[in-house]
Amino acid sequence: MSLKLKALTKSIWVYHLSTGSCNNCDIEILDLLTPRFDVERFGIMLVGSIRHADAILVTGALNLKTIPRVKAVYDQAPKPCVIIAIGACACGQGMFKNGPNTPDPVDSILPVNIYLPGCPPKPEAMIAGIVKLIGKLREKK
Amino acid sequence: MIKYLFNFIVFPGFLFTAVIGLAASWIDRKVTARVQWRVGPPWYQPFVDLVKLSIKEITVPKSASKPLFFFSPLIGLSAVILASTFIWLANMGSWSVGFSGDIIVVLYLLTIPAIALMLGASASGNPLASLGVSREMKLMLAYELPFIIILTVPIIKSGGILRLADLVLFQEANGAFVTSISGVLAILVGIFCMQAKLGLVPFDMGEAETEIMAGVYIEYSGMLLAIFKLTKTMMLVAMPVFLVTIFWGGFSIWKYVILLVVIILMRNTNPRVRIDQAMRFFWGKMTFIAAMAALLAVMGM
Repeated sequence: MSLKLKALTKSIWVYHLSTGSCNNCDIEILDLLTPRFDVERFGIMLVGSIRHADAILVTGALNLKTIPRVKAVYDQAPKPCVIIAIGACACGQGMFKNGPNTPDPVDSILPVNIYLPGCPPKPEAMIAGIVKLIGKLREKK
Repeated sequence: MIKYLFNFIVFPGFLFTAVIGLAASWIDRKVTARVQWRVGPPWYQPFVDLVKLSIKEITVPKSASKPLFFFSPLIGLSAVILASTFIWLANMGSWSVGFSGDIIVVLYLLTIPAIALMLGASASGNPLASLGVSREMKLMLAYELPFIIILTVPIIKSGGILRLADLVLFQEANGAFVTSISGVLAILVGIFCMQAKLGLVPFDMGEAETEIMAGVYIEYSGMLLAIFKLTKTMMLVAMPVFLVTIFWGGFSIWKYVILLVVIILMRNTNPRVRIDQAMRFFWGKMTFIAAMAALLAVMGM
């Protein structure tokens, strides 16, 4: 494994992007960052600016107002950058599937790398998903 | 010439200070984690963060003024390298280096990283960054006044020595300044000014990540952000060692560790203050104590 890939997967700074969620997934993400789960052990930190992000945590069903904004945020992110869809709404629109205000699922707008289903997913499930994502990234290159 | 370049780049300038600074910032993060009842990152985490940042893409905002945006990280880094080279050499028994008045030069070099940060952030054209710049500028005006006043204390007590290496020699002969009342008051003020200069928690309103999203750093990414982080890390070495040099009779590891622990504990037990509270604190209490220290030094105490 090269030093580059090791550095990229050992120090993931996440940016939290809510695209009109009910805040349930957002609360679970904040739980993930509390001392009980302590993801800073693996170098994962929450950052406030998209320019510092390595991973974007997308929650919520995209609606008409947030689609252009999500595109703008993704364009501003420095690459390489992974997208993690968290929760039933971000994975497959959930109960908003035929809603008039939510025309597009997240993965038709952004290149999603991993889906973490659940309403909301437990912090343990998110950690398991991120471990799988890191394994996939390390295998691919 | 080669010797000076070696001093500047390898030892004790860039590489040496950077390695110590990365270790110190790991200690900072680990102790913070233990205080919050967590495990904390592994020892190589600050290094991995730097490597990762340096291979990421550099994004430039459309509204940015490009030359200033690209060069201000380098200005800050080179200033802190030069300052730490001066400070280390004065502590290493190389009594021939430096010149009369280098304490003033180091004082100015230590302000340049904050100025470079302000220049770069205001060149990025982001409104939140400009908010951070205005706070950083007010904070700098606030802490520079007591800091300059306490720098007069060792100069008065040593009878007008303006050279760092001579100050260390003087303290070896006559006892450290911190053993006198004026020295204690001065280093107390110095520790608060150091916390503000490093931008750590009670005085981190310039980059408050919960209200203005990393403020001054908001538009920086990739290599440029890595250089800013490295500058901050090296300031974590240069500032405590500077205080130890001028007040505490020359560098030794345990003195540095004591100051580092004070910094970390202050950072973990305090909330962020507002900018007006910080200015009142520095221009009120701290300037008063600094002036008292200078007065006591004139009276020979």
